[in-house]
Amino acid sequence: MTLTQLLVFGAAALLLGWIFKERWRGWLMLIGSLLALYWLQPATPIRHLDFWLPTASLALTVLVWTITRPPTTDDTRPTLITGTLITALVIAIGLTRYLGPACCPTPTRPPDLPEVLIALVVVAALAAAVIRFAPGRRWLLALSAAAIIALFVTLKTEPFALAASAGLRALGGQSAEQASALDLRWLGFSYIAFRLLHALRDRMTGRLPPLSLQEFVTYALFFPSLTAGPIDRAERFVKDLRQPFALSVAEAMDGLTRIVAGVFKKFVLADTLAAIALNGANAAQTTSTLWMWVLLYAYAFRLYLDFGGYTDIAIGIGRLCGVRLPENFDRPYLKQNLTAFWNSWHITLAQWFRAYFFNPLTRALRSAPSPQVPEAERRGLPPALIIFVGQAGTMILIGLWHGVTWNFVAWGAWHAMGLFVHNRWADYSRAHPPTWDNDPRLKRAANGLGVLLTFHYVALGWVWFALPSLSLSQQVFLGLLGR
Amino acid sequence: MERKVDLRFIGNVIFRALLLFAAANLLFTLGDPLPALGRASAYNLIFPGRQRLPYGEDPDRSYNLSLFTLEAMFASHAVSAPKPVGEYRVLLIGDSSVWGTLLKPADTLAGKINAGNYTTRAGRKVRAHNLGYPIMSLAKDLLLLKTAMRYQPDMIVWLVTLESFPYDKQLFPPLVQHNPGPMQSLISNYPLRFDPNDPSFVKESFWDRTLIGRRRALADLLRLQLYGVMWAATGIDQDYPEKYERRQEDFDVDYSFHDLQPPHLTAADLAFDILDAGHAVAGSVPVLVVNEPMFISRGKNSDIRYNFFYPRWAYDDYHRLLAERAEARGWHTLDLGDVIEGGEFTNSAVHLTPKGSAQLGALVGPAILELANGGE
Repeated sequence: MTLTQLLVFGAAALLLGWIFKERWRGWLMLIGSLLALYWLQPATPIRHLDFWLPTASLALTVLVWTITRPPTTDDTRPTLITGTLITALVIAIGLTRYLGPACCPTPTRPPDLPEVLIALVVVAALAAAVIRFAPGRRWLLALSAAAIIALFVTLKTEPFALAASAGLRALGGQSAEQASALDLRWLGFSYIAFRLLHALRDRMTGRLPPLSLQEFVTYALFFPSLTAGPIDRAERFVKDLRQPFALSVAEAMDGLTRIVAGVFKKFVLADTLAAIALNGANAAQTTSTLWMWVLLYAYAFRLYLDFGGYTDIAIGIGRLCGVRLPENFDRPYLKQNLTAFWNSWHITLAQWFRAYFFNPLTRALRSAPSPQVPEAERRGLPPALIIFVGQAGTMILIGLWHGVTWNFVAWGAWHAMGLFVHNRWADYSRAHPPTWDNDPRLKRAANGLGVLLTFHYVALGWVWFALPSLSLSQQVFLGLLGR
Repeated sequence: MERKVDLRFIGNVIFRALLLFAAANLLFTLGDPLPALGRASAYNLIFPGRQRLPYGEDPDRSYNLSLFTLEAMFASHAVSAPKPVGEYRVLLIGDSSVWGTLLKPADTLAGKINAGNYTTRAGRKVRAHNLGYPIMSLAKDLLLLKTAMRYQPDMIVWLVTLESFPYDKQLFPPLVQHNPGPMQSLISNYPLRFDPNDPSFVKESFWDRTLIGRRRALADLLRLQLYGVMWAATGIDQDYPEKYERRQEDFDVDYSFHDLQPPHLTAADLAFDILDAGHAVAGSVPVLVVNEPMFISRGKNSDIRYNFFYPRWAYDDYHRLLAERAEARGWHTLDLGDVIEGGEFTNSAVHLTPKGSAQLGALVGPAILELANGGE
């Protein structure tokens, strides 16, 4: 997101909250989100892909809505109105290719109109087929979730992304030899996919509230949180959306203050630190231990300020149009232990994995070997092992969410190990309270030491996160140790 | 008590903020603190001083940048650290061949001279400081020399080549154009053949001197400090590409040299007045003028051109004119135009390999020592 885009979004949100109320607010948020989806999409070297990727996000969202929509819902009229609006918008964006110099909201010229129309007809036909023949079918929910995960894995795994890029290039008549895994820069897909997975899973368990197409698309593609989250929950989001809202001066100030804080964090602090933050190029060039630590600290703070800044901006813009997006960070580097860190770092992602992976997995492991066996006779796994398996699985998956590489696996494993050690220590210290607990000064010192240790544990983990290979990471670790 | 946030309150806040902003801009414009800010530097304090002046087009790879605030450029250089007792300070000025394009700091001419561990007869250790800057212009050299005189030099070594001499090259460098004050003062104080009001000089309006107008220069100062971390961490201050295009060996039939015509150059065609001014600026500090090595082609049409820069007629005339001028003025000179083998030039007819640079250092070092011992 550039400063210009940010200014436009801020002004649009302010207008939306101040002038357009009630009925129009929902529609305008939908239109704003759709336009932002195309406008924010980065350019890609594959012809027309910067039009097709946002269109694919939109198509996926609409299809997931049709799949999660309760079969008994009588919403034909609003659905048709929303569907028509979405179709008209996509066609309008496609038509900008004929506008000459005024072209286009997308980074490059959209494809020919017939191609756009064919794509729209295919999506509409699929949506109609789901509504007509398979509304709310469990197998379809599971299949859709699997398809989204498969797509996610393809994008995040270099060889698959490379093959996909080569295929797309060949399809568009471009040379496949130029293909790169970086070609598939799909704006916000990591976040959109997880919102859609959340909707599919909650529909399976019956927790997803009925949502109109307009509400669902606005939720999944809400423009402030497209680029860097947070991953809101549909039931929470829609509550804000349905609430009557008129922006007060105090709320406007809150929102604007948050945006200014975010801009300062992202564009002043984080972008400044980026010049000296650890990366694949400077890691190999750094010759001194002291400066290697400086680069690592710079990376740690840059990452936090960059991500935290974007979150502030998203929350601020959301607030201006009456949506209180969830917090994603809560002073994570000041936490006394790793568990507290993970309750305050990328909170919505951690909560997502807790809800949809850790909790179900540990529940399943606790009730092993079989739920058919009476509880008294069950011989579940030892609690420590359950915790370990749950944490290791969760953290490695969180690592893989960032990219399917060994470095992200190592990063996840590092945090899993830290969380497990802390979990065991917490259990032990509950039974054997440490002596410093009784002395306020000692306790303060221990807490300070905890903050310092936790920060450095996390910072060392960033070595894997920041670098492209295990060998380079090892080189940096040796450098940090003075070797 | 918490203040009620209403439109009046917001209006007040905005009004005061604007007032403060305007006042800050006005104060900044009147005070012009850029040079003072440029002198405030973490180099030689937290980071080691740079071995050459900051210059770079690709900061992400070179951890370096080009800026125009002379004070900041010099403050980031090791030369601005206090002069150690017993140091015989030699300042090298010149173009990219002195600055050391494609060369690591230790492989530049300054690095090679320092590696030679020369000691004067009086027991002072010769320490060469690289003040080259990668643009060919004697006016630019003079501007840097004038600033460098603050740093207690014992000798100036000025490496020159014909390409730095034509008048159309003099006010061309952005560094010169963005420092109109010091340059105009040189033009006024020395008999230089330039108009102090030449349109090449950047004329700053009131708005250009405000905080807003100076935002780029201020950001550059900050970036220079920031890249100090990377300089300290890596010792890298330029991009070293794995592959580069080699200097040209074959040429078309081309006799041209700037807008000057064969068969002969005259002294009036070349900016010898700047060399005169340089000697005057140096005052009692000895100046050694070195005609720097150049690539001599043996390729196609090498009977017409020595290299990419020079047709033979122009260079031969320059060579003669420089010798005549030096003799007339009693300058100390060293003619090294043809001493380095063609294989030791890299991507330009004046850029040397580390080996070529070592050969040059082995010639310049003793000449410095000889001149130093003669004066001590």
